[in-house]
Amino acid sequence: MEGLAQTIANGIIISGTYALLAVGLTLIFGFMELVNFAHGELYMLGAYFTFTFTVLLGFPYWLALVLSIIGVMILAYILDLALFRPLRDQDILVRMLTTVGLMVAFQNLALLIWDPVPKRVPVPLELPPLVIGSVHLSALHLIVVVIAIALIMGFHLFMQYTKIGMAMRATFQDREVASAYGVDVNRVYGYTFALGAGMAAAGGALLSTIYLVTPTMGSMATTKAFAVVILGGLGNFVGAIVGAFILGISETLAATYIASGYKDAIAFILLVIILLLKPAGILGKARGVE
Amino acid sequence: MRTWKKLFLALIATLILLILPWILPSTYALHVIILALVYAVLATSLNLVTGYSGLLSLGHQAFFGIGAYTSALLAVDLHFSFPGAFVAAGCIAALAAYIIGSITLRFRSAYFVISTIAFAEMLRLISLNWYSLTRGPLGVTNIPPPSLGTLIFDTPAKAYYFILLVTLGTVLVAYRLVNSQLGRVLIGLREAEYVAKAVGINPKKYLILCVTVSGFMAGVAGSFYAHYIKFLSPDVFYFGVAVNLVIMVIGGGIGTIAGPILGAFVFTIIPEVLRASDQFRLIIYGLVLILIVRFLPGGLYSLLFTLWRKFVLSRMAYCQTEGGIRIHGDA
Repeated sequence: MEGLAQTIANGIIISGTYALLAVGLTLIFGFMELVNFAHGELYMLGAYFTFTFTVLLGFPYWLALVLSIIGVMILAYILDLALFRPLRDQDILVRMLTTVGLMVAFQNLALLIWDPVPKRVPVPLELPPLVIGSVHLSALHLIVVVIAIALIMGFHLFMQYTKIGMAMRATFQDREVASAYGVDVNRVYGYTFALGAGMAAAGGALLSTIYLVTPTMGSMATTKAFAVVILGGLGNFVGAIVGAFILGISETLAATYIASGYKDAIAFILLVIILLLKPAGILGKARGVE
Repeated sequence: MRTWKKLFLALIATLILLILPWILPSTYALHVIILALVYAVLATSLNLVTGYSGLLSLGHQAFFGIGAYTSALLAVDLHFSFPGAFVAAGCIAALAAYIIGSITLRFRSAYFVISTIAFAEMLRLISLNWYSLTRGPLGVTNIPPPSLGTLIFDTPAKAYYFILLVTLGTVLVAYRLVNSQLGRVLIGLREAEYVAKAVGINPKKYLILCVTVSGFMAGVAGSFYAHYIKFLSPDVFYFGVAVNLVIMVIGGGIGTIAGPILGAFVFTIIPEVLRASDQFRLIIYGLVLILIVRFLPGGLYSLLFTLWRKFVLSRMAYCQTEGGIRIHGDA
């Protein structure tokens, strides 16, 4: 029983990052209808930017975190301007193939710039682990989850109460009407992509303190983010967060009680099951991609 | 194009292909051509699904991997002769395609793409973790070369003729399929599925047949590959293989017979000629995919076709346009 509580606690820690990735992908896939296979690469870039700022340039971690997120967001805005804007009215698969190209290019560019040796970002602070009963939680892991939750809540407030957030919601409800009311739809798409990319980069920047940073860390992250988004229901933020916790906890349970080698298969199994049984997702309304 | 012209071109191409082992400068060059032919079979088989039905699979390497593992394990562990293992590889891959297809073909558009990735990744994880069967990341070693009775295809030249035969067979089957009732139904489904349904076509039946045939082709390609390279690791299930195939199919010319073969040759040979490192090659592949999708959706085949019409046929342009002879990319 004690082992089970610890396993679930570990699962919750992982879920925080999955939630950040999934909320970002919900924006990009659920709202922009951009099947973003480069999502994990934005997460990977977030981690590498953090490594560059802290280890190579000697910035303090918290500044590096902010700078990495901003850096990836600027890159994402430029990508949307150059690549996705001209293809906006094309078939969904055309834009998807563009992101596949981006994924391959980014992954190997990272390999070229930062070489294949896994990188480590030094732990920013030393705190004793938190002990609740028999469950031990590292302070660092807890801080990562807390920041992830804070970012998601901040994002929610942003979408609800700021002018840009409202313009985004309006645009994705009805592009023509939003446009008629004076919303600059193209810019809204650019901001949305940048914001989604920023969430992914935040996930990468946070996890870089816990896990090793490698050029291929993004591929698994992409598929897991898709699994979570579809699990939660396309375009549903609460669903994405719930989906992230379901995936995170079932993965750690599977790794402990079944076989650690098959941990990564859980995402795919959940994905296929949910598509077969309830394609709209556990919390989703019926809303297709087509 | 007229039929006799097509036949003439096909004859010349066949002749060049037959004498190729003698005119190539090195066995290494022949090795690259053999790999290009393996990719040509795979690209043709992917094109059968994606080019004609419009369903983009990013998990097609699954059937290649299943074929390769089936054949290698039957030959190494159960001492099957090559022809038996080769046919079994095709059949098991076709069976897998049938089973996986009956699940993934319920989905459309992005969901289909994601579900194909999910299955390929699950197979990769199984090949990595089921040590007792697949030997995990160590891979299967000492796979015997392809053979037919006493004839052993152990030199690159012999292996070349074998894979050439397989490629020609695959292309012929694909050509026959595309120009049959099935091909027309698939194109109808790609263009407007609901119209096809309205006139009484059951899309699922045709799509599954198409995926099963495609799986068989990828399976035999996998079998040849395993026996030719003599070593097999879970890398065959890697996502990068799917990306390669998609670049070959789309870069070559999706929805045509010649396009994916052209793509397989161009995107296998050019990186070798440039001696590019893997990283540079993949960075360029990524950029090429982005550019082709945006500026050349018909692929290299359509580019060649346009150039051909512009420079070679321009002299007879008058009768071409006024005479009502329309040229389509119908190869």
